[in-house]
Parts: sequence; structure tokens; C-alpha cells
Amino acid sequence: MPMEKHALEKLIRDGIPSASVRIEDLRGDGDHYEAYVTSPTFRGMSRVQQHQLVYAALKGCVGRELHALALHTSAEETTQA
Amino acid sequence: MANNPVFDQIRHDLNNNDVVLYMKGSPAFPQCGFSAAVVQVLNHMGVKFKGVDILTDPALREGIKQFSNWPTLPQLYVKTQFIGGCDIVKEMYQSGELQDLFQKNSIFTSAQA
Repeated sequence: MPMEKHALEKLIRDGIPSASVRIEDLRGDGDHYEAYVTSPTFRGMSRVQQHQLVYAALKGCVGRELHALALHTSAEETTQA
Repeated sequence: MANNPVFDQIRHDLNNNDVVLYMKGSPAFPQCGFSAAVVQVLNHMGVKFKGVDILTDPALREGIKQFSNWPTLPQLYVKTQFIGGCDIVKEMYQSGELQDLFQKNSIFTSAQA
């Protein structure tokens, strides 16, 4: 079941209020997304912990409603090539 | 949840194999692009690993997600520690962290750092 891009973005922002979120719809089918999430909350966390925080914000959607979400998390703003 | 019998099976696999990949399909025939990508990284590094096909076992497929508190597959484990899924493994490979992790754990790789 596809999911709207802005719904996805809202869930992440609601779950991690300080987060800056950028989402790409990889295939334009609302089912394969790539998300870049940056938040100072991630500081000191392992990558697994950072991703778990995003998955928690998405309240179980990943692996069910959402088939694919490529995830990139970081504590600092970085320039994306 | 802690008494889930599948957890015993998972712990047994992790205790008996340094590198374990829970995946869709087998290492020779991955059934999902994300699983295939991790297999490719491990093969490229020359790391010996045990691939566990979760598609053949629905209880394991759900159990592994609870075990790691991680909603997706594949899942890579090194010395019983959950390392991550496809995105994390690829990032760690590109940054050299994966090579360091294997070296630190005395796991043989054919690639030189």
C-alpha cells in the first residue's frame, strides 16, 4: 500500500521534532522512498540507533505499508553530492 | 516475547557463526535487491558468512525483526552484534568502517584496507 510523501515527512518530523527531512520518491510510485534525516538528537548515537529512532517515528509503517525506505541519517548538516 | 522459541534459534546461529546475514533468498540466489547488495559487499570483501533465508520460515521472518527491533531485511550480524541493514552496510563499506569492524573482530577478508 503506497504512502504519500508528505505523510511520511510529517510522521518523521512529529517523531523527531528537531529533524530536517528530505524525501525522494525514487520511482514515483509512492512505495520506494529515500529519506535524508538530519537532527542534533542523533549526536552520540550509533547508525542503528539513529535508524531505529526514525523507524519508531514511522510507527511500524516500514516493512508493512512502505516496502522500501532507503535511509540516511546524520547528526550534522552535510553537503550531499 | 523474550520466550519466543525463534530467539533461541537466532542466538544459536549467532553464537556459532562470526558473520550471519538474514536475507530474502540464498547467497547464491538472493530474492531481493537489498539482500543482493549486502551479499555483493561481503563477497567482494572475501568474507565468509552464513546466509539464512527467512523466506522459507515465516516465524523466523517475524522473529528476527523483534529480536533486533528492526523492521526490514536483510540484517547483518557480526560476532552476535547487529550491524545494520543494506543502507548502513553500504555506508560502512564505502567509509572503510566495515573493513575496520572485520579486522577488529579478527575476521578474515581478502581485501586490504
